[in-house]
Amino acid sequence: MHPVRKQRLIFVLFIITAASTAVALMSYALRQNINLFFAPSQIVAGEAPVGVRIRVGGMVVEDSFKRAADSLDASFVLTDGPGQTRVYFSGILPDLFAEGEAAVAAGVLAEDGSFMASEVLAKHDENYTPPEVADAMKKAHEANQ
Amino acid sequence: MASFYQWFHRMGSPRWFYEKSGRWLPWLAAAAFLLIGTGLIWGLVFAPEDARQGNSFRIIYIHVPAAFLALAGYYVMAVAGAIGLIWKMKLADMVMKSAAPLGAALTFVALFTGAVWGKPTWGTYWVWDARITSMLVLLFLYLGVMALQHAYNSLDTAARASALLALVGTVNIPIIYKSVDWWYTLHQPATIKLTGAPSMHPDMFRPLLLMILGFYAFYALVLILNTRAEILHRERRTGWVQSLSE
Repeated sequence: MHPVRKQRLIFVLFIITAASTAVALMSYALRQNINLFFAPSQIVAGEAPVGVRIRVGGMVVEDSFKRAADSLDASFVLTDGPGQTRVYFSGILPDLFAEGEAAVAAGVLAEDGSFMASEVLAKHDENYTPPEVADAMKKAHEANQ
Repeated sequence: MASFYQWFHRMGSPRWFYEKSGRWLPWLAAAAFLLIGTGLIWGLVFAPEDARQGNSFRIIYIHVPAAFLALAGYYVMAVAGAIGLIWKMKLADMVMKSAAPLGAALTFVALFTGAVWGKPTWGTYWVWDARITSMLVLLFLYLGVMALQHAYNSLDTAARASALLALVGTVNIPIIYKSVDWWYTLHQPATIKLTGAPSMHPDMFRPLLLMILGFYAFYALVLILNTRAEILHRERRTGWVQSLSE
């Protein structure tokens, strides 16, 4: 390779390396801020700030959903395995919100560890199945238990 | 190796590329038309609906191929920019310039279809999570390259400035790709994986695969058409271009 071209090639590689290093250090320093939400185990461990607007995300625990008979007040428990957080919300939930599925709630964490949400979003997973297959899988799962 | 270098240097001649690529166009157009046509009808009409999302999942047949090519197209643009910087190859500069608006359009399509799908699925059009934000940064990178191309009177300075921006921006591509694994995001992780089977039923996945291949053919077709237009514009005063119109 011609020496001038080689020098330019080294220059190009240097730019890419320098930019990658800068961005890697930056995103490492800001890693908590880049996360869209806190996991319930982080809230239990006291890592989430109280009284400011944050988001919490996890799986909606089966049979934890409660809806008031006379209003839109609802509550449910989010879990990521080790931790659990009860979320209170008043309003209309997204169509895909369901127990056993993931959800992200935005709101304020109270002193007692419960979460007052002003917005609830459903989080979809990466799996796509036709209804018949989903039914068959559900039946097979129930038969196993 | 010697023949590769010969081919590489011949590719640098806009005239040679113009004459060669003219013969590829009908094949690319036919492939894109057939693949996208079949994929769309198969995906939108015959593929089964999703158990949870119903029919709204069908936006995947546009969203995922557009996002794929928005990312792959950025590498095309950055590699062309690097070749232009190192070898001072005029054709590479023209390819880089032609790739920018095409990539910007595909990125916009991916963001727009994502927002349309997000409303019924998540309950919101937009959320500032790592995947969506880094995709927006990609759109701005494409727009930045387009703006730099028009910011200089000298073609060489414009090419050098936008190649530098394109190269710095390559950092963003692995970030977009891995953002759903590295951080908590609302966007779901990848359905199509490099290793392992896709987490999607084969009846839904096959039309998606056709659409992705079709988008690749479409991308190649539009990129070559854009580049040919750029060649004609820049070489309009040369004898071979003038003889084309005679």
